[in-house]
Amino acid sequence: MSSTTTARAGATAAGPGGRKGKVRATDRARAEARLGWYLAGPAFVILVGVTGYPILQALYESLFSFRLTAPADREFIGLRNYGVILTDSLWWSAMGNTVLITVVTVAVELVIGFALAMVMHKVLGWLRPVVRTAILVPYAVITVVSAYAWQYAFGLTTGFMNAVLPFVGADFDWFANKWTALTVICLSEIWKTTPFISLLLLAGLAQVPDDMLEAAKVDGATARERLFRVTLPNMKASIMVALLFRALDAFRIFDNVYIMTKGAAGTETLSALAYNQTISRLEIGLGSAVSVLLFLCVLVICFIAIKVFGVDLARARGES
Amino acid sequence: MAGHWRTRVGTVSVGLLLASTLGACGSGSASTGTPTLNWYINPDNGGQATIAAACSEASNGAYTIETSILPSQAAAQREQLMRRLAGNDTSIDLMSLDPVFVPETSEAGFLAEIPADLQQRLSDGVVDGAVQAATWKGRLVAAPFWANTQLLWYRKSVAQAAGLDMTKPVTWQQLIDAAKAQDTAIGVQGTRAESMTVWVNALIASAGGEVIENPEAKGPDIRLGLDSDAGRAAAQVMEQITAAGVAGPGIDNRDESATANLFQQDGADFMVNWPFVYAQAKSAAEGGTMDAAVFEDYGWTTYPEVVAGTPSAPPLGGIDIGVSAFSEHRAEAFEAVQCIVSQENQAAYMLSDGNPAALTAVYDDPAVQADFPMAETIRQSLEQAAPRPQTAYYNEVSQGIQDRWQPVSEVTGSTPAASGEFIGQVLRGEKLL
Repeated sequence: MSSTTTARAGATAAGPGGRKGKVRATDRARAEARLGWYLAGPAFVILVGVTGYPILQALYESLFSFRLTAPADREFIGLRNYGVILTDSLWWSAMGNTVLITVVTVAVELVIGFALAMVMHKVLGWLRPVVRTAILVPYAVITVVSAYAWQYAFGLTTGFMNAVLPFVGADFDWFANKWTALTVICLSEIWKTTPFISLLLLAGLAQVPDDMLEAAKVDGATARERLFRVTLPNMKASIMVALLFRALDAFRIFDNVYIMTKGAAGTETLSALAYNQTISRLEIGLGSAVSVLLFLCVLVICFIAIKVFGVDLARARGES
Repeated sequence: MAGHWRTRVGTVSVGLLLASTLGACGSGSASTGTPTLNWYINPDNGGQATIAAACSEASNGAYTIETSILPSQAAAQREQLMRRLAGNDTSIDLMSLDPVFVPETSEAGFLAEIPADLQQRLSDGVVDGAVQAATWKGRLVAAPFWANTQLLWYRKSVAQAAGLDMTKPVTWQQLIDAAKAQDTAIGVQGTRAESMTVWVNALIASAGGEVIENPEAKGPDIRLGLDSDAGRAAAQVMEQITAAGVAGPGIDNRDESATANLFQQDGADFMVNWPFVYAQAKSAAEGGTMDAAVFEDYGWTTYPEVVAGTPSAPPLGGIDIGVSAFSEHRAEAFEAVQCIVSQENQAAYMLSDGNPAALTAVYDDPAVQADFPMAETIRQSLEQAAPRPQTAYYNEVSQGIQDRWQPVSEVTGSTPAASGEFIGQVLRGEKLL
C-alpha cells in the first residue's frame, strides 16, 4: 500500500507537471501536460471566477461609504473604512479572540487527532470500521447543529453540564463570562473538527513504511523513540497540511460564536464582525473592508505556513 | 445501444426536471389568471396561514395568498427581507414586519405607498401606539395587524405576602423591595438581544425620556436622548435590581421564553413579559406539566412605573403588514391587506395564536374576553405604550444599546452617556458594531 502510493507520488513529482531538472520534455509529456490543462482548465477558470470576482468586488466596495438601504448616499471615501477598523478596539479584541481560538483548538485537535489516528490505524478486524465510523461521526454533524447541542448542554435552563461537573454550581452561567464562554466554544469546535485532523493524520500514518518501523524496533528503539524519530518525521507533510487547513478553518470561526453568544460577553470574532457590519447593519462598505482584512489575515497564515514552515501542498496531496 | 438508451433517459429526465423547476419559478396560477400573492410571515401557530386561506377564498378568485415563513428572530427576518428587497425581488407581495423595521423599509423605498383613503381605513379604531409605529414621515406606510405589549406578571400569593396593592400601579422600586423581602426574583430579560432594547426603551420612556430626539434625521445627524435624567433613571433601576440580588439566575442570557420558564418554575415571582406567557402556562397546567394551583396564582397588571405617580410607558410590539414596492400585484395586495387586518381576522388570530389585536373593538369580543381575562389590561397597556425609537437606523441604535447595556450587572450611572456616545460614533461611521 505504502510502496504503491510512494511510487505514484514519485511519478507525480517527475511527471509533466514537474519543472525540475534539465531534461527536455518529450512529445508525450507535452501532450499529457496539454491534456491536463484541457481537463483542469475549465474548473480552474470557474474557480478563479467565483472566488476572484467577489474578492475584487469586496476590495472595490471597501473604498465606499455604502449602505444597502441607501444606495443614493453612496460616497467614495478611499481607505477611511480601513482606518476606522484598524483603530477600533473591537477589531483588535475580535482579532485576539480569533487567534486564541485558532491556537488553542488547532493545538488540542492535533494532539487528540493524532491519538485517534493511531487508534484507527492500529485497530484490526471487525472493530476497524466500527471505530473509524464512531470517531468520524462528529465531523458528519453540521456545525450549527453541533453548536446548538453544546449550547443546550451548557445552557442554564436547558443544560445538564452544571449537574455533571463537580466544580460548578447549579446556577453557573457559562455564557455570561468571556473565558467560560470561549471554553465552551473551543470545546465544541474541538469535538466537531478533531475527526477531520485525525483523517488527515491517518493518511499520513499509512505512509510511514512498516519496514522502517520494524528496523527501528530491531535496533532496540523504544516505542517513544519510534514515534518521535521515525513516525512523526515521516508524517511531517501530512501534519503540516492538517495544521494549515485547520488553522485557516478555525480562523474563520463563525457558527459556534453566532449560535452560542452572538458575540456577547466579549466573544466577538473576525468573521462575526464582518457578518455584523455587512449582513446585519447592511453597511456594505465597512463590512467589505472587514472582509478584505480577514482575507489578508488568511493570506498571511498561508504565507507563513508555506514559506516559514515549508508546507508542501503538492507533496501532501500526492501522498494522501 | 444501451448507452444510447441511457443517454435518452438522461436527457428526458433533465428536460422534465428543468420543465418542472421552471414551472415552479413562474406563477403557479398563471393558467387560471388568478394572481398569487406571496406573503412572508413571521413564524406563528399557523394563524397567518389560516387567514391567508380564508382571504383567498373570500376574494372569489381575485387572488390567492401563499405564505412563506421567515426566521424566528425579528433581526433575522429583517436581514432576509432587506436583502431580497434591495435586490428588487418581485416574489414578495406582502410582508409581516416588526414595527421597529417599518421606518427603515419605508425610507429605503421598499414599501408601496398606501392610497390616502386606505390609510384612513387602516388606522380607524386601531390603538394609538400601533398607528404611530406604522407611520413614517407623517404617512401610514404599513397596516397594523396585531399589537403586543408587556404586562407585569406576579404570583398573587407572593404580592399579597409582600403587602403590595396590585390594584394600583406599582413602581420598580416597590417590586425590588418586595422581591428582596420575599427572597425571590424579578424576571427581566438581560440577554444581548432585542429584548434588552425593549426593556431599556420602556424604562427611559416611562421616566419621560426618549432614546432618539429627532428620529427622522439621517444617521450622522441623529441626536440621542440616552444621556439624560430619564436615561440615568433607567440605569438606576437596573443597578438596583442587581444590587438587591433580585435579578435571578442566568439574567445575562435570559430572553422572554427563559423568563417565562423561570416564572413558571418558581424561580421568580414577578416578571415583565408579553401575554404569551399566560397561554403557555395555561397549556402547561392543562397538560399536567405545571401545578394548576400555580397557574391559578398568576396575576397581572400594567407595566411598573419608574417614577411614582407617572404612568409607565410599556413596551409595544406586534406585526404590521407591508406591501412590497416591487410587487407585480399591488392592487390585489392592498385588497388582501384589508382582508388580513379585518376585525374578524384579528379576533380569530388573537384566539388562535394568542397575539393581541391592534383594533380596540376586538377586546369587546365576548370570545376574546373569555379566553383573555387580562384583555382589558392589555388594551389599557396598549393605550399607554411607547414605540421603540422610530428611525431608519434602528438596527444600529438597538444593537448599540444591547452592546453597552449588557450585561446588566455592569450597568452604572455612566452607562447612558457611554452608550449615547458609542451609538453616535457608530452612526457617524467612526466605530464598528
